[in-house]
Amino acid sequence: MSILVNRDTRVICQGITGKVGEFHTRGCLEYGTRMVGGVTPGKAGETVVGLPVFNTVAEARDATGANATMIFVPPAFAADAILEAVGAGIELVIAITEGIPVLDMARVMPVVNASKSRLIGPNCPGVITPGQCKIGIMPGYIHTPGHVGVMSRSGTLTYEAVWQLTQLGHGQSTCVGLGGDPLVGSSFIDILTLFQADPDTHAILMMGEIGGSAEEEAAAFVKQHVTKPVAAFIAGRTAPPGKRMGHAGAIISGGKGTAEAKLEALRDAGIEIAESPADMGQAMVRAIKRRG
Amino acid sequence: MKIHEYQAKDLLRAAGVPVLAGRVARTPEEAAAAFTALGTPVCAVKAQIHAGGRGKGQVIGSTQRGVELAKTADDAARIAKGLLGNTLVTIQTGPEGQVVRQVFVESGCAIDRELYCAVLVDRRVGSPVLIASTAGGMDIEEVAHNTPELILSEPFDPDRGLAGYQARLLAAKLGLPTASWRHAEAFFRKLCAAFVSLDASLLEINPLVLTKDGALVALDAKMTFDDNALFRHKDVTALRDEAEEEPAETRAAAAGLSYVKLNGTIGCLVNGAGLAMSTMDLVKYHGGQPANFLDVGGGADVNQVTEAFRIILSDPHVKAILVNIFGGIMRCTTIATAIVEASKTVGFTVPLVVRLEGTEVEEGKKILANSGTAIITADGLTDAAKKVVAAANAA
Repeated sequence: MSILVNRDTRVICQGITGKVGEFHTRGCLEYGTRMVGGVTPGKAGETVVGLPVFNTVAEARDATGANATMIFVPPAFAADAILEAVGAGIELVIAITEGIPVLDMARVMPVVNASKSRLIGPNCPGVITPGQCKIGIMPGYIHTPGHVGVMSRSGTLTYEAVWQLTQLGHGQSTCVGLGGDPLVGSSFIDILTLFQADPDTHAILMMGEIGGSAEEEAAAFVKQHVTKPVAAFIAGRTAPPGKRMGHAGAIISGGKGTAEAKLEALRDAGIEIAESPADMGQAMVRAIKRRG
Repeated sequence: MKIHEYQAKDLLRAAGVPVLAGRVARTPEEAAAAFTALGTPVCAVKAQIHAGGRGKGQVIGSTQRGVELAKTADDAARIAKGLLGNTLVTIQTGPEGQVVRQVFVESGCAIDRELYCAVLVDRRVGSPVLIASTAGGMDIEEVAHNTPELILSEPFDPDRGLAGYQARLLAAKLGLPTASWRHAEAFFRKLCAAFVSLDASLLEINPLVLTKDGALVALDAKMTFDDNALFRHKDVTALRDEAEEEPAETRAAAAGLSYVKLNGTIGCLVNGAGLAMSTMDLVKYHGGQPANFLDVGGGADVNQVTEAFRIILSDPHVKAILVNIFGGIMRCTTIATAIVEASKTVGFTVPLVVRLEGTEVEEGKKILANSGTAIITADGLTDAAKKVVAAANAA
C-alpha cells in the first residue's frame, strides 16, 4: 500500500515534446513508472522516448487508459492544461510547472474542487512511491521503499529529508511535494488524511515554511485526527520579515506566518521538531522512538 | 513588483476608482506649480518611495515628515525641498531609509471618516477577497491581531467579480450612511475589477475616506503585482522604478534568478527556495551570517549560474561562498560546469565550499575534480555549513 500512486498507475505527460518534459518522462520511465503516452496539441502521431503523442488529453486517456498526468506545460498555458486534464476525468493531476499566475489558479480551483480529480501542485516536484512509481522531477535513487510518509511545500528540501531518512535506514511509503505557490491543489491536511488512512504508512515527516497558515492548520488537524508519529521542519526561521524568499508563499509580515508561531503550533500538537535542516531525519527517528 | 502611489492612482483612475487630483513633482519648483495648478486651498505633499508608514516617517537629520499639508505654493515648495534628495526612514524601510526622488502633490478633501480596504488572494479560501475595516489609517496587521472582529472579508470569483450585494453588505457593516451605499458599491466593485484585470497581488487603500459629501475616495494606494503574470502586462512592467530596488536584486531578476540581499558574510547559492531558506537557517545555526538568499531555480543554465556567482561576488562583504545543490530538475553537471566557468571568467577571490547531491551527482563531482578549480568539498549539510563558517571566520 501507499497513497496516490503505485505500480498500476498509468501516466501521461502533458508537454512531453518540450525539452524538460521529455527529459523527465525518460527519468520516470527509467525508474519503472508506467508511462503510457504524452500530449502536445498539434503533435499527434509523433513518438517521444518510444511513447505515443496525442493532441488532447481525452484522446490520450481513451487510447492508453491513463489515470494520472504529469504537467510540464509552460506557465502561460499551464492552467488551461490542468483544466483539460480535469475535463478529461484524469484522477490524479500533478502540475510541475513553476510560475503560473496566481489568479489563473484562482480560476482553476473551483473547477478542480467540483470534480473527482485530485490536483497536486503546481510548482512542485511531484509524487513518488519508492520502488513502484515516480511522477515528477525528484532524483529516484535517494528514495527507498518503507513506511515514512513525507510531504512538503519545497522540492529540494524534500530531497534533503528523504536522503537523510534513507541514510538512517528509514524508507518511505510515499513522498508528496505540495508545491510552493500561494494556491495549490492539495494541502497538508489532504495528504495527512491519506497518510493516516494508509496502513503502510507508520510515521509522517512534514516540511513547511514561513508564510501563510497551512502549517498551523496542519498542526491542529494532527492534534485531533492523526495517531501516527509526526515530525516537522519549518524553513525560513532566520528570514527577515517582509521579504519574499523565492516561493511566492514564503513572505512574512507582521506577526503572521512566522516560523515561531508555526513551531509553537506544531509543538502544541505533540509534533517532534527538527531544529536544523540537518536534523530532519533524526527528528523522525525521535518521534517514532517516543511512541515506542 | 511594487510601484509608487502616484502610479497606482493613475491605474485606479483609469479603472474608474475615485481618487483625488494630483501631480508628481521632481523639484520644489514643480511642486509649487502643481499646487497652483490643482487650485485647492490645501494640498498634501507626499514622498514617493516603495515603502509604507510615510506619514509617521522622518527624514534623516531633520524634522521633515514623509507626508505634510501645504496651504500655499511656497509651502509645497518648502516641503518638497525637505524631502527631495533626502533619506526618509519609516517603520518599513529599516534604519538605513530610502532616498526620496519624487513627491506627489495631491489636492485635499473634507474627511468625515477614515476606513481601510484591500484586495488580495486568500490562500485558505482559494480566491481573491475584499477586506474592509472601520479601523482606517492604522497598522492593519495590528488590528487583525488585536481586534480580528473589526476585519470584514468578502471572497469573490475573479471572472464574475464582487457582487453588488457583497459591496452593500460591507457598506452596511462599515456603518456607511445609506445615501453612500451606491458610491460604496461602485467603489468596491471597480477596485476588485482593477485588481483582477491588472493581475495585482495586493491592492491596499489605507485610508479609504468617506468625504463630508458622502463619497468614497482612495486617499492612499499601495499596489504590488504578481511577478508571474507580468508577461501579459507590458504597460505595468513599464512602471518599474529600478532606482527603488536593490541593484543586485534587479540584476538577478533580469537573469531569471531569485536573489535577496542580506547583511552577512557568507554568500549562498542554492537550488530551490525551501532549501535556500534552510541553508540560511543552517549557516546561522552554526554561527555564521548569510550574505544573501539565492535560488537558482531548476531550469537555470550554465550562463545563469555563472551570473549568480558574479552577483554574489559583487557584494564586498562576502568572505566565503557556500554552494548547496540537491539536483532534481537542476543537474549537478550544470552547476559543476558553471563553477569551472566562473573560476575562469570571474575568478573566485574567496573560499568556495561545494556540496552536491542528486541528479548527475557523480558526473558533476568528476567535472570539479578534473578541472583543478580550488574548492572545498563537503559531504552533507552540517559538514558544508561548518566548513563555510570556518572559512569565513578565517578570512
